[in-house]
Amino acid sequence: MSRLPLEGIRVVDITVAWSGPFATMLLADLGAEVIRVENRRHFPPATRGTMARPTKSVMAGSVGASYPNREAGERPWNRFSWFNSMGRNKLSMTVDLAQPKGLEIVKDLIKISDIFVENNPPGTMDKLGLGYHVLKKVKPDLIMICMSAFGNSGPYRDYKGFAPVMEALLGHTWLRGYQNSDPTQTGVPVYHADACGGATAAFAALVALYHRKQTGEGQFIELSQAESMIPHLGEAIMDYTMNQREQGPLGNRSPFKAPQGCYKCKGDDKWVNISIGSDEEWEKFCQILGNPGWTKDERFSDMLVRYKNHDELDQIIEEWTKGHEPYEIMHLLQKEGIPCGPVLSEGDALSDPHLKERAFFLQLSHSEAGTHPHPGFLWKMSQTPPVVKSPTPCLGEHNDYVYRELLGKGEEEITQLKKEGHIGTDYLPQII
Amino acid sequence: MKKHFQQALSNVRVLDLTHYIAGPYCTKLLANYGAEVIKVEKPGEGDGARRLGPFLKDEPHLEKSGLFLHLNTNKRGITLNLKTKLGIKIFKDLVKWADVLVENFEPRVMPSLGLDYETLKQINSKLVMTSISNFGQTGPYRDYKASEIILYGMGGAMISTGLPERPLKLAGSVVQYQAGTVAAVATMGALIASKFQGIGQHVDISIIETQECSADRRTTNLLSFAYSGGTTFFRAHRMGLLIMPHGRYPCKDGFVEYAGGEPVFWPRWVKMLEMPELLENPRFKDLADLSHRGEFEAIFLPWLVELTKREATEKAQKAGVPGAAIQTPKEVVNDPHFNERGFFVEIEHPEAGKIKYPGCPFKTERTSWEVRRPAPLLGQHNEKVYCDLLGYTKEDLIKLKAMGVI
Repeated sequence: MSRLPLEGIRVVDITVAWSGPFATMLLADLGAEVIRVENRRHFPPATRGTMARPTKSVMAGSVGASYPNREAGERPWNRFSWFNSMGRNKLSMTVDLAQPKGLEIVKDLIKISDIFVENNPPGTMDKLGLGYHVLKKVKPDLIMICMSAFGNSGPYRDYKGFAPVMEALLGHTWLRGYQNSDPTQTGVPVYHADACGGATAAFAALVALYHRKQTGEGQFIELSQAESMIPHLGEAIMDYTMNQREQGPLGNRSPFKAPQGCYKCKGDDKWVNISIGSDEEWEKFCQILGNPGWTKDERFSDMLVRYKNHDELDQIIEEWTKGHEPYEIMHLLQKEGIPCGPVLSEGDALSDPHLKERAFFLQLSHSEAGTHPHPGFLWKMSQTPPVVKSPTPCLGEHNDYVYRELLGKGEEEITQLKKEGHIGTDYLPQII
Repeated sequence: MKKHFQQALSNVRVLDLTHYIAGPYCTKLLANYGAEVIKVEKPGEGDGARRLGPFLKDEPHLEKSGLFLHLNTNKRGITLNLKTKLGIKIFKDLVKWADVLVENFEPRVMPSLGLDYETLKQINSKLVMTSISNFGQTGPYRDYKASEIILYGMGGAMISTGLPERPLKLAGSVVQYQAGTVAAVATMGALIASKFQGIGQHVDISIIETQECSADRRTTNLLSFAYSGGTTFFRAHRMGLLIMPHGRYPCKDGFVEYAGGEPVFWPRWVKMLEMPELLENPRFKDLADLSHRGEFEAIFLPWLVELTKREATEKAQKAGVPGAAIQTPKEVVNDPHFNERGFFVEIEHPEAGKIKYPGCPFKTERTSWEVRRPAPLLGQHNEKVYCDLLGYTKEDLIKLKAMGVI
């Protein structure tokens, strides 16, 4: 096995919530040394928890399930699944960016790093004194990735946006829904903009790194998460720009296949997806069902009429699926080449034979959260396979490494930095 | 040694054997930042996406699919029949030329053509071969068939999305686009190892695995399940964190989305509603006490229906509440923000004419995103590639065509 592609590349990571940590996880999986810069005086939302010290009522709610055994523990910020699912292979240091000394420390770290990623509201880094024009002087070939909801310019620049807000403005929310229904009837929000923004940011970092390796030049990259996702809806956008057609929600259907749907199966909340795209697949499907009388019905004889009579067809299909288990249906249909698969719950995925054979889940031990299976790598590589060097870091776990080894601080300075609130392994007591 | 590169990936050569969505989006990302991409299509038919809509003026035509036009900007296109001996020989010549090969056939296809990675690495030891497939190159479901909804159901958080009555997929084909995006990340990583360490390798992207570890909740839900000893994130009508509204609500002329279910947002909600007295209301002291949610909604919902979605957006954002209008594709294309930033770009195509396309996914100071050419016509660059690059003569081309190779 060879050295990982990004070994020797250091990434300074001041990201919060989901998209930024996802981006830096991908860079860490490629071998970069990612150092999270965290602040004991500031608890960013949806990152190491929804609250630093969750109250009893918060723990009793759905967020409680994000902690091992539903216990927040002494240091809840080290036990939170949202953060811990994207923290492998990263290091954590603490520093107070509100103090001038803290800023100098971060600049010293950037001086010996290659990539700086942040996803705070536009202008935050400038206000702190960590804008690109400043950092460029500290580290001329720095690559700085500034990811925000809507970008660093334009009327929505300062909009507060989690992924659902971005997806509302960029069209995904409108297009995602049941047919003949309205957007209020779609349940909890989705966060594709975080997945997309994070992956696109990692791609951007690699493009810039490639450029730097060839030319020695660093650069500033501005990523609007919303704009990174609009291309994912390209065909709906093009339908409007070409034909002035406003697409609406299609539910679980496809414009090119019929029948396609999510059908109820035997068992509690068990579902199977079936997606039939040709007459050949349809005939095989009918055979599997034993060619009951309705399969000869004119209303279902070709794709066009199946589309037209889709509601009725769905009901008939569901009558059949209800008598079977999802995996059973998948194997039965796939044997004949019909696209079909269960809707896997978390438990189903963890015990799925295919994911198991591919060793997708990683059994990781964390000093404060225990040993659990974690979702694994997003790619396999034959020569530089990703590895887990370390589990998600506890807050400030690598202060010693960063302050002593990287920044060369002595005992006295360290003591002073602790006193001033920079170095520590907890959030200050007043932080809720 | 400072060289001038017009775009970051200008010296990267990509042989593109992809079709439909995930593969083409991966190579589109590479092409748009400068890579020289040669897309190989089946003579006469081409990429299956050419036969999927939407079509310009609803006229089905191989050169007028909006899906294909969008996914293949900046690529050169050739036709090549890989079921002929000569076709395979030509393809192998192109493998010698390439730094990267991206393909998204079913895993059995490349080996059946004699084009498996082990064979290709003999021809080009530094080759990065990225294979994108539904379930990956190994494992019991390797040869299973899938489509967007199946990939989301098996890989993503579908069990948790939609109403309790029935799971609901994401819109369009975003799962496949996401797989293409992740594939571009992995390909760039492998390219760096190839160019600077001299290592070629095979990259295996399983679309369902790009969802199993996705920041769109699947990864957090999976770990929460393991942490909590089996909590499944069932579908619900709304999120249940705190009393503030969360999700989509009707206003005067449409719908508004609200997010941000954490205590820090509470004073901002009060500010947005211009009802400071709510801060003193004892029923709203414990924001996690959901028994008072109804009372808060009784205040909020009538307030919202008096506002247009634009007004509601302004009010939310002014107060720092994460809330915004739910826009239709038309509104997105005409949106003042995306237009002020020049997001949509007009591209002229010989058959489809001038159309607005989604533009650049991130802006770079140097090495910028650029449209150098529209999506290729089927076989448009045969002469350029076969004659200029591989040294065939124009007479050879006529023969190749007659033999059904191109």
